[in-house]
Amino acid sequence: MARGPVRASAIPTILTTLCRSASVNQKFHSPSLLRLATFIPMLRFITSRLLQSLLALFLVITATFFMIRFVPGGPFTAEKAVTPEILRNLEAHYGLDKPLWRQYLDYLGRLGHGDLGPSFKYPNRTVNEIIADKVPVSAELGLLSLGVALIIGITLGTFAAIRRNSWIDYLASTVGMTGISIPSFVVGPLLVLGLAIHAGWFNASGWYGPADRVLPCLVLGFAYAAPISRLTRGGLLEVLNQDFIRTARAKGASEFRVITRHALRGGLLPVVSFLGPAVAGILTGSFVIETIFQIPGIGREFVNSATNRDYTLVLGTVILYAVLIMALNLVVDILQAWLNPKVRLET
Amino acid sequence: MLTRLPRFVAVLAALLLSPACRQPKSAVETAGTTASPKVATASAPATAGGNQKKILNYGNGAEPADLDFQIVTGTPEHRLALTFFEGLINEDPQLKIIPGVAEKWEISPDGLVYTFRLRADARWSNGDPVTADDFVQSYRRMIGPTLGAEYSYMLWHVVGAEDFNKGKLSDFNQTGFKAPDARTLVLTLRQPTPFLLHAMNHYAWFPLHIPTLKKFGAMDRKSTPWSRPESFVGNGPYALKEWRANQKIIAVRSPTYWDHAAVKIDEIHFFPIELADTEERMFRTGQLHITNEVPLSKIPVYQRDQPGNIRIDPYNGIYFYRFNAKRKPFDDVRVRRALALSIDRETLVKKVTLAGEIPAYDFTPPDLVGFVSRHAFKADLTEAKRLLAEAGFPGGKGFPKVELLYNTLEKHRTIAEALQQMWRKNLGIDITLYNQEWKVYLDSQHSKNYQFERAGWIADYVDPHVFFDIWETDGGNNDTNWGNRDYDRLLRSALDAKSTADRYEIYQQLEKILVDEMPIMPIYFYMRARLVSPKVKGYFTTPLDNFPWKYADMEN
Repeated sequence: MARGPVRASAIPTILTTLCRSASVNQKFHSPSLLRLATFIPMLRFITSRLLQSLLALFLVITATFFMIRFVPGGPFTAEKAVTPEILRNLEAHYGLDKPLWRQYLDYLGRLGHGDLGPSFKYPNRTVNEIIADKVPVSAELGLLSLGVALIIGITLGTFAAIRRNSWIDYLASTVGMTGISIPSFVVGPLLVLGLAIHAGWFNASGWYGPADRVLPCLVLGFAYAAPISRLTRGGLLEVLNQDFIRTARAKGASEFRVITRHALRGGLLPVVSFLGPAVAGILTGSFVIETIFQIPGIGREFVNSATNRDYTLVLGTVILYAVLIMALNLVVDILQAWLNPKVRLET
Repeated sequence: MLTRLPRFVAVLAALLLSPACRQPKSAVETAGTTASPKVATASAPATAGGNQKKILNYGNGAEPADLDFQIVTGTPEHRLALTFFEGLINEDPQLKIIPGVAEKWEISPDGLVYTFRLRADARWSNGDPVTADDFVQSYRRMIGPTLGAEYSYMLWHVVGAEDFNKGKLSDFNQTGFKAPDARTLVLTLRQPTPFLLHAMNHYAWFPLHIPTLKKFGAMDRKSTPWSRPESFVGNGPYALKEWRANQKIIAVRSPTYWDHAAVKIDEIHFFPIELADTEERMFRTGQLHITNEVPLSKIPVYQRDQPGNIRIDPYNGIYFYRFNAKRKPFDDVRVRRALALSIDRETLVKKVTLAGEIPAYDFTPPDLVGFVSRHAFKADLTEAKRLLAEAGFPGGKGFPKVELLYNTLEKHRTIAEALQQMWRKNLGIDITLYNQEWKVYLDSQHSKNYQFERAGWIADYVDPHVFFDIWETDGGNNDTNWGNRDYDRLLRSALDAKSTADRYEIYQQLEKILVDEMPIMPIYFYMRARLVSPKVKGYFTTPLDNFPWKYADMEN
C-alpha cells in the first residue's frame, strides 16, 4: 500500500470509511492493479473472518443454551410454588418436557428460520418482537452518547496532548479520571438532582419526549468520553514526536492543520480499537443507564432475562450481542488497516 | 475536508440541543406525564384537553408480564386487572363485599351452592353485555390443562375443578360451574368455603371476553395477541387505551362500565418503574402522583419533613425465618423456640426496617377480618436460654455450625445481621449468613436444600385461612419438612365449620400448635410505604395492596 499522510480528517473517516472505502481507495491508489492487489487479500480476510465468526457464534449459542439450563431455578420458579400438575401443563406448553438435546435441536431449527421463539416472561410477545422493539431505543441512546463521548473525549484529549503539562492537560486528566472512576449510577442521579429536581429543566426519568434524551446521553457519553480522551492524548503524543509531523511543520503547515490532518489520523488508532467493543456495548444498551432513567432499551432485557430465566430471551440477546461484537471487531480491524499501514490484515 | 469536522460537530450539537428547544411542543402532546416538568409541578397534572381532565400518574412497580390475567401472577398485574376488569363481587376500601357484576347473590343454607344474579347493565368495553356464560367459559379456560394457568388452584373450591385441571376429568359439564340463563350463574362447591366471596376479588375469578379470545384461535391458547391494546376487551371501570412496553399503560375511564358515574379520575397512567430511587425522583419532579415504594433511607426523611406526602398502610403479609425441621439442630423444637424467643423485634422494626412494621408474635396479621390470636408468644430470654441448655447447648456451647440463607437484597442482609448480633449476644451462638440470587434461593427453598432461611408470605385474599393452609404437611409452599397430623385434620375441618366463630376457634387451635412447635419464626407483619401526592383525594389502599379506583379522585 502506498504511504504518506493521507488527506482525510480523522473523525469522518471513522464513521464513514465503510461506505466510502471503495472511492477513497480509488482516489489514493489509482493504479487499478495495485487496487486489485489490496482488494484480494481483503476479500480473503473478510471471508475467513466471517467463517470464524459463524463458528464462534455457534459455540456461543450452544454454551449459552446449556449453561442457562444448568442454573438452578427455571422460568416458572416462583415464591408461590405451583402444583406439580400445573407445572407439567406449563412445561408442556413451552416444550420444556422434551429431552434437553431435543429442545436444543428444535431451537437451532427455529433459529435457522430466524425465529428466536416466544418469551417465557412476556407470554404475548416473541423474542424477535422484543428485540425489534428495544434495539432502536438502545441504538438511539447509544449513538447520541457516542457523539457526546467522541466530541468531549477527542477534544479534551487533543488539547491535553498539545498543551502537555499545562492546566488544560491537568483538567483533561482530572475529567478523565473522574469519568472513569465515578460510576454512572452516581453521576446520573447527581445530574437528575441538579438539572431535573432543582433546576426543573428536565424530567427525572423516562423516554417520552426529545428532552428526555439529554440527561441519559450526557451521563453515558461522559462515561465513554473519559477513556477516549485518555487514549487520544496518549496516541497523539506518540504521533506528535514522529518525523512526518516535523516535516509537516517544516513545510509551514499551520498547527491546526498539523493536528487535524496529520497527527489525529495516527493518534486516533488506539481510540478506534477501543471503539469496536465500546460501540457494541453502547448499542446493546447500558443496563445501569436504562434502569436509572427508565429507558425501554435492550440493555435491561439483557440482564433481566437472566434473572427471570427467560431462556429464549437470554439466548436472543446473547446472539444479538455476539453478532454485534464480531461485526464491529471486523470493522475495526479493517478500519485500522486503512488508518495505519503498519497494520496488516492477517487471518 | 476541513469543513467536515465542524459540520459533524454541528449536526451532533443540533441533535443534542434540539430537544430542549422543542420541549414546549412535547408538553402538549404528552400531557402532564412526560412533558415539561414545570407544567407538571406548578399546575394541575392534566394540561391536555382542558383543565377538567384528571390524570393520575401511578408507579406500578414492574412491567406486567401480560394483560391476559389468567396467565399472570404478580402484584403489578393484580392492580391492572382490577382496573380493566371486574368480577362478580367487589370490595370497598374497608374490604367489605359489595356488588360487582353480580347485583345480588344467594348462598344455600349448607354453604355449598352460590347463585349469582348478574346486573342487566353490565357491559364489556366493546358494548356487549356481560353474561353468565362468559364467566363459565372463562373458568373453563382457567382450569383447562392446556392453558397452564398458575392460579388455577384458586378455583379448586368448585366441584370437579381440581380434577378437570389435573386432566382426571375431561367432561367440563360435570364440574360445578353452571349458567342456567344469561343472567344467572351457579357455583357448586365441594366444601363450604366461607371466605369464597373475598377470594373472588382475585383476578383468577374475573371474566374474559370469549369472542375476542376466539378471534385468535382456540380459546385456551396461551400467548395470543388478544391482550394487546388493539384487540383488548375488558369490563372494568377503565378501558385500555395504550400499552407501550416498559414505558407506560394508559387506562381511560370506560363509558360502558355499569357504575361509570362513580368513577372520578379520567385517566390512569401506569409507569413500570422497578427502582424505588427512580420513583422517588419522579415523584419530586411531579412525574408521579403515587409511587410503588419508598427507598428505605428516605422513609424517615419524608416522615420528618413532608409527612403529608408519605403513606404507610398495613400489608397482608408476614416476614419470617423458616427452619428446616429435618436438619440439625432445627429438628429439635427447643432450638427453634429458643431462637424465636430471643430476638428483640421492637428494636428491629424501629431501627432497621423503618416502615412501621408490626413485630410478629403469632402467625396471622393483627385483627385480620376479626381474627385475633389468643396464643401470641412473648420474647423471653430466660426461657430461651433454658430451652437451649435443655437441648444440649448451655450458653451456646457446642452449638453446631448454622447457616442462614437469604435472597440477595440489602434489606434482608441488614435484618439478618441485626438478628445474628442478637443471637450472639443473647444466646451465645454464632450464625453464618449466606445469600443467593432470587431464583437460586427459591430453588434451594423448594428443594429444602437449606438449614434456616429468610422468607415472606403475602396472601392473595383476606382471611386467616391463607396464613394457615401453607403449613399443611407437605403443602406446596410449606417447605419446612415440618408436619403435624392434628394440624392437617383441624385445618381441613375449618372449612366445614358452621359459623365464622366456630371457624376462628379452630384457627386458635392451629395458632397454638404453631406457637408450640415453631416450624417458622415470625419476625414482623409487613407495612407498605408509598409516596402519595396531596393532589390525590380519597386514596385508599387495602391490605392486599390494591386500590378500589372508583373511590379515588384528583384535585384540579
